[in-house]
Amino acid sequence: MARETMQYDVVIVGAGPSGLSTAIKLKQLEPKLNICILEKGAEVGAHILSGNVLETRALDELLPKWREQGAPIKTKVSKEKFLFLGKNSSLSWPTWLLPAVQKNHNNYIVSLANLCRWLAEQAEKLGVEIFPGFPASEVLYNEDGSIKGVATLDMGLDKDGNKKDGYQEGMELHAKVTVFSEGCRGHLGKELIKKFNLDEGKNPQQYGIGLKEIWEVSDEQHQEGLVMHTAGWPLDSKTYGGSFIYHAENKQIFLGYVIGLDYQNPHLSPFDEFQRFKTHKAIRKMFEGGKRISFGARALIEGGLQSLPKMYMPGALLVGCDAGTLNMPKIKGTHTAMKSGMIAAETIVEHIKNKRKLSLYEELFKKSWVYEELHAARNVKPSFGWGLVLGIIFTGLDQILFRGKLPFTLKHKHADHEVLKPANKMPKIEYPKPDGKLTFDKTSSVYLTGTNHTENQPVHLKLKNKYLPIQYTLKEYDEPAQRYCPVGVYEVQQNQFVINSQNCIHCKTCDIKEPSQNITWVAPEGGGGPKYGNM
Amino acid sequence: MKILVAVKRVIDYNVQIRVKEDGSGVHTDNVKMSTNPPDDNAVEESIKLKESGKVKEVVAVTIGEEKAQETVRKALAVGADKGIHVKSDNYIEPLGIAKILKKVVEKEKPDMVFLGKQAIDDDCNQTGQMLAAMLNWPQATFSSKVNLKDKSMEIVREIDEGLETVEVNLPAVVTCDLRLNEPRYASLPNIMKAKKKPIEQMAAKDLGVDITNRVQQLKVEEPPKRKAGIKVANVAELVSKLKNEAKVI
Repeated sequence: MARETMQYDVVIVGAGPSGLSTAIKLKQLEPKLNICILEKGAEVGAHILSGNVLETRALDELLPKWREQGAPIKTKVSKEKFLFLGKNSSLSWPTWLLPAVQKNHNNYIVSLANLCRWLAEQAEKLGVEIFPGFPASEVLYNEDGSIKGVATLDMGLDKDGNKKDGYQEGMELHAKVTVFSEGCRGHLGKELIKKFNLDEGKNPQQYGIGLKEIWEVSDEQHQEGLVMHTAGWPLDSKTYGGSFIYHAENKQIFLGYVIGLDYQNPHLSPFDEFQRFKTHKAIRKMFEGGKRISFGARALIEGGLQSLPKMYMPGALLVGCDAGTLNMPKIKGTHTAMKSGMIAAETIVEHIKNKRKLSLYEELFKKSWVYEELHAARNVKPSFGWGLVLGIIFTGLDQILFRGKLPFTLKHKHADHEVLKPANKMPKIEYPKPDGKLTFDKTSSVYLTGTNHTENQPVHLKLKNKYLPIQYTLKEYDEPAQRYCPVGVYEVQQNQFVINSQNCIHCKTCDIKEPSQNITWVAPEGGGGPKYGNM
Repeated sequence: MKILVAVKRVIDYNVQIRVKEDGSGVHTDNVKMSTNPPDDNAVEESIKLKESGKVKEVVAVTIGEEKAQETVRKALAVGADKGIHVKSDNYIEPLGIAKILKKVVEKEKPDMVFLGKQAIDDDCNQTGQMLAAMLNWPQATFSSKVNLKDKSMEIVREIDEGLETVEVNLPAVVTCDLRLNEPRYASLPNIMKAKKKPIEQMAAKDLGVDITNRVQQLKVEEPPKRKAGIKVANVAELVSKLKNEAKVI
């Protein structure tokens, strides 16, 4: 029997900054359009995690009256610091020596989850229909191969695929144009990039994993508006990464750590590096006596322009980090994601009204400030392939002296999953035991994410070859899934590979880093996953 | 026959509760809220009875702030026919809630009132019982099985000793256990239709009942942290510790 079908002008997959901006811009340009947004989280914002220091450029264009409309954007950046950490030392880098892209004086410290909730309210006021708790799980194609829309997941199946009492069949959503805005490593976006060869001629995409905690600290420890970054310890000079420490409102500090997923040592655990980082004497004092109130993690795009796939295909567009519009040296992706959505909206209106081709998207994108930004930023991340010191020297020249205008483009040579070295060739890392006050274990951390997946549903982390983890990955790489997963979904117990999929927080790191690409992340039943508050 | 089913908006059961620093309550800003889980069972059972043909109409009611409406919308999306929202921005104790529900019952004249056995936020487990007393109706609490007959209901209750089967005459108040059924998922088209169904709104203060709170909340605090265990070297040390430190033997 055919599934139920609904027809829209535009269907958007994912209610993050890019998808919501697409919807708002579409309604501003053409109020009559029927637009719906599917969101896998139980509510808008539940799966949003970001630093976040917001550059308001795109928002100023989209909703110029955001201040009067009560946007949750309050804390202006008032002070900046940059520290290089050695094991027992710290060196403060003068901010005037930072490249312009890393200066934040006009930006705001925000919770992106709250900003998305607010954007969703604005979109709904304009008549956009938003459906949280409904993941798009399948791309639908027309006979000519163009994209017809998406289908939502069947709800209420048991883990063997049998229908439970509350079973509800998924439905088809057809659209003139489907917009994919799933964020970094969207599982449908990944399928589309492959199917339409959108990454042909591009460098392999580069990713990072970002871990974040929110702390409540004392008045003395808090300095609202302070933005601080660190590089160096505990990472070795070959591993790309660093921390962010943002002093937000209500005596809260947003603390996080980003590690490039092109790290080579399979013994490395991003979660434990983050925990260890907090024990540095320059960092410890900022949090001691405080209370950790939130935890989460999410993969992010680091590849930039070289890795940006073609963003249009017949019947559909990729926006935001589903394509990969994050500006790495700026460590910001919200403004570029929003702008890419707004350009997509302009394209779609031209397409529906004046029959313009969707390739217009790329033309408009190339003329926009997003492209200009990404072009200037393109050489920073690859230069760190030469190590931290050379990376910094090159970046200084490239960004301060030449302002990103050097006449060549460095390449990303390898995909992240290709660069792990065999476990027996790399040093083991002994991480200190968590003290339960400043540093924590994965179990107590996953608890803070509020993540849950209904029991007895099909496992949403699929193995292409179920024997591979034990027979190959364990022997060769000491099964790094045990460590790269920030919440301990993967365990090896008595020579069995165990997947605790109900703990998954949808960060997508396994889908990216598994050396044989043996793990595929697919959408679980709607409403599952983390319940982030103000992340 | 007609069922009135009561639903409450509470902090989602997956969310880790955070106590406010000043002890005045718990944080609810930007916290995921949902329908109280046993209330979902109450809604599901009402819908099932409607599908069986014995019940003609299901009316969902909630009491609370503006956003509490979401719980009624959810009930409408899975099959309730009509929604009522009694608005109040302040916390109302179970007694006040029961009084308000009584007013709604007098107006709607249902044959049965279904509620969750208790709400997961205050865990009071009082509203259904108080409502039954005030209406002078029979009550069946902690129901894990409901069999509707012509003028009565046979109900299986979960009690400490096992399962108890009771029969109550209609009209009656039923409070539902989590094991009663498995709530269904709302489908997209039904959620859309539910957005257009009417929700009757009224203000709690206009109902002419005294909803003044009788209990004063002094302080909310986190339970004490559990201390880590210790390892003992031998039985002698264990016995000595149990005797002298824990003082349990």
